[in-house]
Amino acid sequence: MNLDAVPSYLTPTGQEIVFLLLGAVAVGSALLVVTTRQLVHAALWLVVTFGALAGCYLVLTAEFVAWVQVLIYVGAVVVLLLFGIMLTRAPIGRSPDLDSGNRVLAAVVALATAVLLVTVVIDGFRTAYAPLTEVDGAAKTIGSSIFRTWVLPFEALSVLLLAALIGAIVLSRTDIRGRD
Amino acid sequence: MHIVYPLVVSALLFSIGIYGVLARRNAILVLMSVELMLNAVNLNLVAFDVWFADRLHSGQVFTLFIIVIAAAELGVGLAIVLAVFRNRRSVEIDRLQDLAEPPGPGEEPEPDAAQELEETRS
Repeated sequence: MNLDAVPSYLTPTGQEIVFLLLGAVAVGSALLVVTTRQLVHAALWLVVTFGALAGCYLVLTAEFVAWVQVLIYVGAVVVLLLFGIMLTRAPIGRSPDLDSGNRVLAAVVALATAVLLVTVVIDGFRTAYAPLTEVDGAAKTIGSSIFRTWVLPFEALSVLLLAALIGAIVLSRTDIRGRD
Repeated sequence: MHIVYPLVVSALLFSIGIYGVLARRNAILVLMSVELMLNAVNLNLVAFDVWFADRLHSGQVFTLFIIVIAAAELGVGLAIVLAVFRNRRSVEIDRLQDLAEPPGPGEEPEPDAAQELEETRS
């Protein structure tokens, strides 16, 4: 992590080129998610974003996280969002009023956040370099790490998931009333 | 791999998510933007895990935990959105103003209540 060991930015490796292309796809389709005029297209561009991010995880040798990302986000979350769009009877075609009145203010805030974060990150981590040689994000290592070190948070998380499930059922059923 | 690349991608995704949360009107689009921000955090965690070469893999395990929490959040959030839609027939969040002050430029907000409050104070 010292300054001498950092390779030049001008000669990117193949991994870096692939990562940057995937990152460009992710950022571009995320921009389309927040700017498109059609509700269903936003959900479909979200699939592209999540898929590109899964590719980024693969390049970063986090293999298991990449497949979980594909399974949970692309498989479950987007389907859930599409069900939500369907159940709220959203217009399928082009709808003019998806943005609220404070678009300009939101763009200013987002641009300021982006400039601040990117400046700080580049300033702070310019010399950080990690050679991607060995793959250590496979299911075996992550699994043994979860079930040895992180067992207690894992179990707490399963209780949280159960609580969220029951909460969602109670919220969406109409025949459960509160106490009068 | 320079760690700056994933960090910059993640910062850009996070600010796109901020724009979506602030600028969108439909509640489901706001939920999508929240998912974008959570994914930005995940990319950060994985990048730092790779950089530190952590033997416990805390970064990747935390990423898995965040994915689970995001799924739970989205389930409850969509249930709330559907409940709002059932009651109001609309999910446009800037029109759900039942708890807001009544609009009216020169109108004083409930003078009687303010007077009573002052009387009880004095």
